[in-house]
Amino acid sequence: MASVTMQVNGKSVSKDVEGRTLLVDFLRNDLRLTGTHVGCDTSQCGACVVHVNGQSVKACAMFAIEADGAEVATIEGQANADGSLNVIQQAFQDHHGLQCGFCTPGMVMTAAALLKENPKPSEAEVRSYLEGNICRCTGYHNIVKAIMAASGQDVAAIAAE
Amino acid sequence: MYAFDIERPSSIKDAVAALQSEGAQALGGGQTLIPTLKARLAAPEVLISLTGISEMQGVCLSDEGALCIGAGTTHATVAREAAVHFPGLAALASHIGDPAVRNRGTIGGSLANNDPAACYPAAALGTGATIITDKRKIAADDYFQGMFTTALDEGEIITEVRFPIPEKSHYMKFVQPASRFALVGVFVAKYADGVRVAVTGASEEGVFRWHDAETALADDFNARSLDGLSVAADGMIGDLHGSPEYRAHLVKVMTGRAVTAA
Amino acid sequence: MPKDHGIGASDKRREDVRFLTGAGHYTDDIKTYGATVAVFCRSTVAHGIIKSIDTSEAEGMPGVLAIFTGADFADVGGNPAGWLINSRNGEPMKEPKRPVLAHGKVRHVGDAYAAVIAETELQARNAAEAIVAEIEELPAIVDMAAALAGDTFVHDEIGTNQCFDWGWIEDNRAATDAAIKAAPHVTTLELVNNRLVPNAMEPRCSIGNYDAGNDSYVLQTTSQNPHLTRLLISAFVMGIPENKLTVIAPDVGGGFGSKIYHYGEEALVLAAARKIGRPVKWTADRTEAFLTDAHGRDHVTKIELACEKDGTFIAFRTETMANVGAYLSNFSTATPTFLHGTLMAGNYTVPNVYVNVKAVFTNTAPVDAYRGAGRPEATYSIERVIDKAARELGIDPIAIRRKNFVKPDQYPFTSAAGLEYDSGNYDALMDRLEKHIDREGFAARRKESEAKGMLRGLGLNAYIEACGIAPSNLVGVLGSRVGLYDAATVRVNATGNLSVMVGAHSHGQGHETVFPQIVGEMLGIDPASVEIVHGDTSKIPFGMGTYGSRSLAVCGSAMVRATEKIIAKAKKIAAHMLEASADDVDFKDGQFTIKGTDKSVSFGEVALKAYIPHNFPLEDIEPGLEETAFYDPANFTYPSGAYACEVEVDPDTGKVRVDRFIAVDDFGNIMNPMIVTGQVHGGLGQGIGQALLEGARYDDDGQLLSASYMDYTMPRADDLPFYTVDHANGTPCTHNPLGVKGCGEAGAIGSPPTIVNAVVDALQSAGKNFTHIDMPLTPLRVWESMQTA
Repeated sequence: MASVTMQVNGKSVSKDVEGRTLLVDFLRNDLRLTGTHVGCDTSQCGACVVHVNGQSVKACAMFAIEADGAEVATIEGQANADGSLNVIQQAFQDHHGLQCGFCTPGMVMTAAALLKENPKPSEAEVRSYLEGNICRCTGYHNIVKAIMAASGQDVAAIAAE
Repeated sequence: MYAFDIERPSSIKDAVAALQSEGAQALGGGQTLIPTLKARLAAPEVLISLTGISEMQGVCLSDEGALCIGAGTTHATVAREAAVHFPGLAALASHIGDPAVRNRGTIGGSLANNDPAACYPAAALGTGATIITDKRKIAADDYFQGMFTTALDEGEIITEVRFPIPEKSHYMKFVQPASRFALVGVFVAKYADGVRVAVTGASEEGVFRWHDAETALADDFNARSLDGLSVAADGMIGDLHGSPEYRAHLVKVMTGRAVTAA
Repeated sequence: MPKDHGIGASDKRREDVRFLTGAGHYTDDIKTYGATVAVFCRSTVAHGIIKSIDTSEAEGMPGVLAIFTGADFADVGGNPAGWLINSRNGEPMKEPKRPVLAHGKVRHVGDAYAAVIAETELQARNAAEAIVAEIEELPAIVDMAAALAGDTFVHDEIGTNQCFDWGWIEDNRAATDAAIKAAPHVTTLELVNNRLVPNAMEPRCSIGNYDAGNDSYVLQTTSQNPHLTRLLISAFVMGIPENKLTVIAPDVGGGFGSKIYHYGEEALVLAAARKIGRPVKWTADRTEAFLTDAHGRDHVTKIELACEKDGTFIAFRTETMANVGAYLSNFSTATPTFLHGTLMAGNYTVPNVYVNVKAVFTNTAPVDAYRGAGRPEATYSIERVIDKAARELGIDPIAIRRKNFVKPDQYPFTSAAGLEYDSGNYDALMDRLEKHIDREGFAARRKESEAKGMLRGLGLNAYIEACGIAPSNLVGVLGSRVGLYDAATVRVNATGNLSVMVGAHSHGQGHETVFPQIVGEMLGIDPASVEIVHGDTSKIPFGMGTYGSRSLAVCGSAMVRATEKIIAKAKKIAAHMLEASADDVDFKDGQFTIKGTDKSVSFGEVALKAYIPHNFPLEDIEPGLEETAFYDPANFTYPSGAYACEVEVDPDTGKVRVDRFIAVDDFGNIMNPMIVTGQVHGGLGQGIGQALLEGARYDDDGQLLSASYMDYTMPRADDLPFYTVDHANGTPCTHNPLGVKGCGEAGAIGSPPTIVNAVVDALQSAGKNFTHIDMPLTPLRVWESMQTA
């Protein structure tokens, strides 16, 4: 066991963890932040994406000990201070960018990382950036649309309904 | 996963010392090792994390003009910081895995693992890079010794990689559709004194140089120079996603495209 | 102009808020005090005799609480098949027992033969690894033709690998054979409908809880239909009385069919919870999902289309081998038969149809209904052979379809495969498709592609499916062992808000939003005051589940019926309050008014009165305002559509890129266009995935080669385009109160043949002698086909 301390969604937490404890298990089991999900064993699905020191990472492919001293942001800390949905979250709701919701936290966290790097991504850039996030419900159309809308682009013309 | 401890040394020296202990294994970015641990395909007693060693981080130019990359540098950092001096390498780094993987995965981890479908081995071999470890310098031509096999000794760690910067280069990857690793990836680099062509993903022997193409391209660095060449299917990987013949064919197609794009 | 509220409005989904903030509650999110962990020992060989299982070392390991093997369940029942199919010779299908844990033999890689319950996951895994099973490996039966010809059996006790040999409609066989023999033109196509792994993003998870005080159980599980799971566990597997077992499916991260079925892990965690007196949790990893979730499709088919020289269809004749895997999953026998054979007339007036299906046991994971279930197989066969026939006859692919479409004045139309289509307009769908696809511009686009060294193809198709599964009377005749009605309870609370308990589980379909839109409009109240309760057998009356695009058509209809009962009773209460006769009370926009007067009371006032029944005429009106309805549909619903796409093929690599995809569907009336469009998008993603990317492949030893995302290609964002989706102007279903048909599966049904037709078109444009390529059309397959064509 080793002690780790990190800032999670702005709050300092300290816990003893085993070496083998993955960051995602630390978040889900120790902190009860169950919004970050596990969908695969090979770090490909992206349901577990969180931000560590401002960068998107797969929380299933990083040990909790490696996040010692880090700032960690999860889906639970994304809403506005008044509890309302942030711009990306709101765009996902407005454009029906989620169905079962399981991949959604990872999608939102990845979208946030993308828009930080690239405030006005093209369709191709959005699709490419989502390479590590798998959604089985939406066929991606509305996820891509929501992210482009969240970036302030006019998406009204995207494929007729 | 089995149970194990993790140590996080802050210097190369401490890391090397820690790796001497029984059952110790180095942990780079973990993007390959952690899934392997989850499958219980490895059972270390202790993992020595190399990500907290600041002397293994960063990208810079050497006095000789080579691009020097600390082994603990992430793909995302290489993509960003190598772009000015060595755009071909930066572009390669920017397409490894996905964005979250690129924020964790490291060049040293990739080269130490030497996955036959990884991208970095093609760049290292395709540039004749030098692999610097805690105890020696290894030429890329000597370093890669077959799938998942390298010249590294037990407990030896890569600390830095030095790339001679080519006049022109490009990496063209045809992805395996599921894993998005390279089904065939070709790195071409044109130097004043010749051309190097390195191929990953294709061969059962791991990354290799396509010497015929190097010779042909040295005369005329143009995709047309490859017209008469072919790659033998013997020794190519055959799996769900590509037969040996298909991979051999793709080596030529991707080489041509890399040359055109360089 | 679309409505801005109520039925037909694109209300935003209320459930999104919890999913977008990490506040959803999926099964694995449940942390129960004292919970223990179950880990399964799974066979690494496809077929073998279990000679012995030595658990002695594992039993003494730290944290181990209990170990189970197949012997512990030898005396309990098997997990049954829900449909009895009779073979052509009248014999019932073979139904070998599907035990909770393998006993005697293991029959596929991943087949569980033991389970460990321990304090922690690490301890459980360590102990599972210490269990020594001596398994004598037997030859693996993988190929279906070899399975039928061979003398090694997956289930020795039935002495065959053939589950059934089914003919539909057997009485039409001779006429169909004769028609084909006499036909001027016969087009034959052999094809494979590839095996798929559903891959809901949430792996399966089950938590067993036992309350010794009440001798009762609670199962929290990833299920599309908790009542069916309860029924199967109670009536067949474990004998727990239904009133002592609660099954709860909380938020579920996608199902696509794979979570319809009851699985052995659910029974195991219940038995284990009882044995150790603590909650027992099992969460699948992705590898377990690949090895043990019910797979989909896996048909090998020969189809013949007989037609006149002018393209008039004379007959379809199909011979199919359908893989059912190692055990019969709950709907596995219905999928290749009544969800497939009955659709083999397609959208067409073809007079002769005959389908033969042989279901085959193999040493592979069980195969069952996956999004579309039987109907994608039917559509793929029909629409591929039509395309081939059109080329052979030199007829335009749209023209040949139009020539044979059922026409709008022919409804109700009884197809040659025995179904009665109630409504539709296939020419109108094709008209709209033609408007969207800009066929005139195709030649120029093909030229542009060719200038880049690419081949461009246009593919299209028409489909019909049977949804709203299903009329109990009809499915009973066809062999179903259950009824397929659904149920809803509408509870008006005293303060005027509503709890609506529905049998259909929502795991992405948006019921929590759409169902209130309907009830809200019917009662003239704000939909926000209607809360949908689902997924808990202790709270809702009954439900047959969410699959077969049935939730709205069947459960939604039950909800409408229950709401109508509410209105009828509320009118009586209002009449009492207004001192009038109920016959004189009108209800509109949430107000009860005496006809011809301005005397009225609101819905809210009536609700309060129902619970404070002072001066109530109790002999006429009971207090309270709560009604339940069960709804059993009169017929299937028949969504239909016309799809088109354009693809670009890179001839140097074989890679296919979908440039554009247009889906025109008739879903009848639309309750929430935004959600319907999303359902089509999702279906298209899976259908295009089947066509281009996905394939579960076993080797000759029965090892699953594509057992992770490293080798099974999930569609990713950059594999797919923006889609054009059009579902305006549908023809309403004639027999359910909402006029709805169902939209959940359409995209997955209509898209695979569209894609394959387009790729064949592209390759033919390069002068290749090329008529077919089996899915998935991976770069390797396309390239190899081009080398041999």
